[in-house]
Amino acid sequence: MGRLDRIAEPWGTRTPYARGEKWPVRVDTFLADGNGAEHPDRWVRSASVLHSNGDALDIAVKDGRIVGVRGRAEDRVNHGRLDPKDLYGWQAGASPDRLTRPLVRRGGRLVETDWDTAMDHIVARTKELLRDQGPSAIGFYTTGQLFLEEYYTLSLIAHGGLGTNHLDGNTRLCTATAAEALKQSFACDGQPGSYTDIDHADVIALFGHNVAETQPVLWMRILDRLAGPEPPALICVDPRLTPVARAAAVHLAPRPGTNVALMNGLLHEIIGNGWTDAEYITRHTVGFDELERRVKEYPPERAAEICDVPAEEIRRAARALGTCERLVSTVLQGFYQSHQATAAAVQVNNLHLVRGMLGRPGCGVLQMNGQPTAQNTRECGADGDLPGFRNWADDAQVADLGRVWNVDPSRIPHYGPPTHAMKMFRYAEQGSLRMLWVTGTNPAVSLPELSRIRSVLSQERLFLIVQDLFPTETTELADVVLPAAGWAEKTGTFTNADRTVHLSEKAVDPPGRARPDLDIFLDYARRMDLRDKDGGPLVKWHDPESAFEAWKECSRGRPCDYTGLSYDRLRGGSGIQWPCDAEHPDGTERLYTGGAFWSDPDYCESYGRDLVTGAPVEPTEYRAMNPYGKAVIKSAGYLPPHEQPDGDHPFLLTTGRTLYHFHTRTKTARAPQLQAAAPEMWVEISTGDASELGVMEGDLVEVSTPRGSVRAKARVSGIRDGVLFLPFHYGYWDIDEGSEADEAHGRAANELTLTDWDAASKQPLYKTAAARLRRIRAQDGSPAPAPTTAASAPLGAGVPETRGGPAAESDEDVRGTPPTEGDT
Amino acid sequence: MKIGLVLRDLHREERELARELLHTAERHKTSHDIHHLALDLADWSHRHIRELAELAERYDVTLDPEPDDEPGPVGRLREKGSEIIGRRGEAGRRGDAGLLLLRDLRRICQQASAVSVDWELVAQAAQATADDQLLDLAQRCHPDTLRQLRWANAELKETSPQVLTS
Repeated sequence: MGRLDRIAEPWGTRTPYARGEKWPVRVDTFLADGNGAEHPDRWVRSASVLHSNGDALDIAVKDGRIVGVRGRAEDRVNHGRLDPKDLYGWQAGASPDRLTRPLVRRGGRLVETDWDTAMDHIVARTKELLRDQGPSAIGFYTTGQLFLEEYYTLSLIAHGGLGTNHLDGNTRLCTATAAEALKQSFACDGQPGSYTDIDHADVIALFGHNVAETQPVLWMRILDRLAGPEPPALICVDPRLTPVARAAAVHLAPRPGTNVALMNGLLHEIIGNGWTDAEYITRHTVGFDELERRVKEYPPERAAEICDVPAEEIRRAARALGTCERLVSTVLQGFYQSHQATAAAVQVNNLHLVRGMLGRPGCGVLQMNGQPTAQNTRECGADGDLPGFRNWADDAQVADLGRVWNVDPSRIPHYGPPTHAMKMFRYAEQGSLRMLWVTGTNPAVSLPELSRIRSVLSQERLFLIVQDLFPTETTELADVVLPAAGWAEKTGTFTNADRTVHLSEKAVDPPGRARPDLDIFLDYARRMDLRDKDGGPLVKWHDPESAFEAWKECSRGRPCDYTGLSYDRLRGGSGIQWPCDAEHPDGTERLYTGGAFWSDPDYCESYGRDLVTGAPVEPTEYRAMNPYGKAVIKSAGYLPPHEQPDGDHPFLLTTGRTLYHFHTRTKTARAPQLQAAAPEMWVEISTGDASELGVMEGDLVEVSTPRGSVRAKARVSGIRDGVLFLPFHYGYWDIDEGSEADEAHGRAANELTLTDWDAASKQPLYKTAAARLRRIRAQDGSPAPAPTTAASAPLGAGVPETRGGPAAESDEDVRGTPPTEGDT
Repeated sequence: MKIGLVLRDLHREERELARELLHTAERHKTSHDIHHLALDLADWSHRHIRELAELAERYDVTLDPEPDDEPGPVGRLREKGSEIIGRRGEAGRRGDAGLLLLRDLRRICQQASAVSVDWELVAQAAQATADDQLLDLAQRCHPDTLRQLRWANAELKETSPQVLTS
């Protein structure tokens, strides 16, 4: 058992292993100091909720309080490991500033009230709007952090009860392109690969995915392969010098917004050199000829010019991707939140399709997500899609959903694609969406172009309900605030980015009158008196487990089949991957084994969309492609971004996250170790640009776009020339009095971002605004408050290293290779 | 040979379509998706116009390779109509911007359909005369027109329930 400062060493101690071996177990534990925390009363089963990796953990409870966490050794995802956010983030729950009572706005101020008053107020307003305008007046904006049971209930209430098409989540900001790219290529959502593919790969390619900071435990797995015999080669596509880039055999740092050109350049080489699996292409795909034609236009020299990377490096990367035997690719926000998001992510799928590398150990695509339960919004339809990956454009599938819910299918809106988040905010801006119910998210900091979002949310005519754990920049604008129970204060399931389902059980009581989101939704349905077509209650469940059982029925026979799972089974072992049914009682490690896809027109979730215009593909058009059981290869040409640098705004601005924070820091800023590791906003600039502008480490600079400006200290880092980076975590709720950024909104990265989104996935673009930078003055000689451990590491000397000190010391227990089969 | 006539018609209709798209982009700046895509799709028509003008010389037809941003007599009439409907929308409280958008999208649909039919005619004529160059042009451009049409149609389908029920 070792002790380690996991702020200073986020990925902990290496446990090397060779290709094809089991990943050794290392159990990470962090317990609070004193009060007998080392001897908890009990351990309660859960998994992490501060990223999408789904690391299984147990919560230590002593005297009715959480006192620590421990990674679960036997779980297939993490083999006992935890990332720093999980080790320390749980402390936020006990923070004294939790919301503990409902609030309603009276005379312009939010005042405390009781649940009856708050809920009756919401119900009265809902009924009034239904009478005056109908369901189009009502929208729900949810999150990627509730539990499956809650999303499914919300989906039924919105779609089957109220009949509104306006239900989406902040998953639109993080996971929409992952889902859309999978639907485009495979006609259905569902992660093809598995984390265990890391154990077998000889090349791992990370496309716009700084896994070291977004899914640190998955990075530990990769680091352990790199430290063992026969290490895989890493290919990294990222404009920043991330830990992945530092470890990569080839690092391509393209100009932001040019991913499609880069992918086409890579595919040009792979197809041109014949590194393809002709038989797989013929038997299992449609559309290859068009791809071949299209990528002919992108020889590496042309891609090199567009992307500003050396052609020779593109060739080197293509050779590695084209000649390896087992390829794992992962994709995240560097593609998803950038220009031509879906088109670029789809080219990664194409890479695997033309190489025939899917459904076998070491051959997988991981279209990642950012949030812990984003996968469940997609399955349950809380992102607007219909539950169970049902196709809104297929009347038979809608009728089937009507059967499951016992409602007339005509009551389920399916006359068009679901309203995406950006459109809902537009409707609110125009005044046709008049009630917005926000659950577990903070759009007043996380959406693009904040000045616009603030004006939308603070309109008198919009009735805004916000349900959350803490006061946020968004609750400030609400008409009703509902205090919710958080993780460890309620029971439910959730599913990570590789389809692993975990049960998270209630460990402690929520504070004050806070209630689980599920209870709030059930209460609302009851007060609204929502009925099915026979006059029975629409929502027929009353607690998490009965909701899960209902969801199982809804998922029966669909790709995300949960029927083989139960709370008891999830208690008996650890995480299990869907589909899990009678045929696959232990779950399914990889999808699309043998090249069998869910693309039959009568079964598929989606007919796809035009990658440029976003128009849904018509059923007849889809059938004409003859995709029965085959994957669809879709090609795309490069298009220049809508906003490009010019003389006034010569930089490209990109935003992103740090390892130590999650979203707008509502939780992580309340965990002292995490907050201290990255306490304030900063701006990253390259050495070349810094010396040209006379900017030194720690200087106060101002970054502006046509939409606003932000002031922060400069970090001179390994980011590529011409690009500025801002972390998006920082808003205004915890700003110090009199601090530099306090004056009229000058700290949140999204003051600067633009309102534009990918036409196919509708994911907003956060990676390609044109910006300018101005040096204000040398501040106090101290460096920028950016962590030194990861992508924001300084290039110059003299910056003290990020440390957590004694308060961050955690236990590490390296136990070696698991004795039994750890993976399914 | 009357191919020149069809090319002239097509050229006029493409210019009209490009104009509709640009004006829609202009009128709906705060509907960001409409704004950006209408601009992008107008570029497609501009490309068609250039290529048409280039090829038409072989048929002794002189066509302007540049787009025409000024509305013609029909367009002006429509502008007038749009103002009237727009005002009526305002008088009827909300939804004026929404109604205006529906009308613009509807017009793009109609105009793109007209262009599509003309491309069809051109492709038929090209096949009958074994004019590979003309056929190639039609085969490259006509799918763009259909995508423009499907885009406008999809936007209409998506937006109309909200506009018409609020």
